[in-house]
Amino acid sequence: MIKNITIGQYIPGETAIHRLDPRVKILATIVYISILFFIKGFFPYIYVLGYLGAVIWLSEISLKTILKSLKPLAIIIVLTLIFNIFMTPGERLFGFGFIVVTREGLYQAVYMGLRLMFLITGASLLTLTTSPIALTDGIEKLLNPFRKLGVPAHELAMMMTIALRFIPTLLDETDKIMKAQMARGADFESGNLFSRAKAMIPLLVPLFISAFRRAEELALAIEARCYRGGENRTRMKQLKLIGIDYAASLLTVLLCVAIIFTG
Amino acid sequence: MSVEIKNLTHVYMKDTVFEHKALNNISLTIEDGEFVGLIGHTGSGKSTFIQHLNALLKPSSGSIIIDGINITSKGVALKKIRQTVGLVFQYPEHQLFEETVFKDVAFGPQNLGLPQQEIEARVKEALTLVGLDFDKLKDVSPFELSGGQKRRVAIAGVLAMKPKVLILDEPTAGLDPKGRDEILGEIKKLHQLQKLTVVLVSHSMEDIANLVDRIIVMSKGQIVLTDTPRNVFKQADLLQDIGLDVPQVTHLVNELNKKGLSIKECISVDEAYEELIKYLRSN
Repeated sequence: MIKNITIGQYIPGETAIHRLDPRVKILATIVYISILFFIKGFFPYIYVLGYLGAVIWLSEISLKTILKSLKPLAIIIVLTLIFNIFMTPGERLFGFGFIVVTREGLYQAVYMGLRLMFLITGASLLTLTTSPIALTDGIEKLLNPFRKLGVPAHELAMMMTIALRFIPTLLDETDKIMKAQMARGADFESGNLFSRAKAMIPLLVPLFISAFRRAEELALAIEARCYRGGENRTRMKQLKLIGIDYAASLLTVLLCVAIIFTG
Repeated sequence: MSVEIKNLTHVYMKDTVFEHKALNNISLTIEDGEFVGLIGHTGSGKSTFIQHLNALLKPSSGSIIIDGINITSKGVALKKIRQTVGLVFQYPEHQLFEETVFKDVAFGPQNLGLPQQEIEARVKEALTLVGLDFDKLKDVSPFELSGGQKRRVAIAGVLAMKPKVLILDEPTAGLDPKGRDEILGEIKKLHQLQKLTVVLVSHSMEDIANLVDRIIVMSKGQIVLTDTPRNVFKQADLLQDIGLDVPQVTHLVNELNKKGLSIKECISVDEAYEELIKYLRSN
């Protein structure tokens, strides 16, 4: 039941997109998302669609998975559509009483809706094709220059790795405790807000206890291996830019140039 | 209370890349008052299987009939099923959450909506059944108890629901030998005195051999063998093929027989002791 929740679900693969350097992927995603906000009008969306299509095709991720990643944000997309359709002043198309649909509203709604969808798809492509470990490695490397400013890059990355590592574990644990309490007649699904919140106690107390226990065990295990922060640590997998990384960067730059000059 | 399982299949994460068939067309009948042992390698589908028996998991196909009621049909009263079929999970002490032992054991009966008096009587009975002192422990925090005591409180929490079928998933995992023997002894007593139908999931062939009437062997989501312990442990090669084993004493006797002795096959230490004495005296 709870296992169907997917947070940044990584789908393992061996495609060019999967093999890209995580730094390149992270930067490209940031650039891609920022450039979306520079687009005015529908025409440049063709470039975006082309770029996104190419990435999806290369990554061999099914369209079904992509659509699934849009699902959790469906409400936000629908709300955006509704607000834009009804709230934008302009030339009246049709309407009942004070609810009026305008030409500008319709235009704005489709335009904003598409932008939101492109944005989410782009971001989820990053997590779909990059393993959490590679992702944190990439973030650590990217934050490295800021270490001089006091940003604890390695520690942040380590915290993220640990957090990501324990998401599935905690989900499993939640599932197990929920079932154990349901086996004792607990009911998590019916009742009003208050009784539902109260029903969470038998779930949350054991969950917190086990999370603390796990944290303590992990701390001990880390300590036992003499782990000390980031200074002078070497890594097993060195990140190194290769051909496809340069190609991907070039493609992303081309997208920006195209959008800025035609959009 | 008999349990009848017909063509049970369960598929996890259907229609995703992670799709996994955990149970494949399982059919089985557990008789009223039977003591059944369920063994299988990690990932053989044991846990998935037992979670179907009290409707915590819904089958992808197939049906489960408990006392004439198909629990997989829609609109069936889940609370009633979970009361009838008590399920003790692995490491059940991880589910403890209340301030006192009493409150924790009372959680189940309370969910059934029983009157306070009845709840008190049940808690007392359940704690006594698992060999704990009600008066001494009822106001103690469950988190202050020892590992073995915690586990017993958790088992009492399920017993307080007064189930007719009791399922235990590795109730002895992580306990010391003394704690293990005590828990198993109490389960045996429950089976005999309360006439409970018991399903015991275990990795320990020794535990299973001495307790159960019948063993069900699972592998890769299917039942590969179901028979009395004696007959199951005759198939040492098959068991080893699927990552299981026979009790060590059965091994020993088999090896001795290979060396030229002729001792009857044994599944417990006591039995082997008798047989060896008999063999040595006759020579």
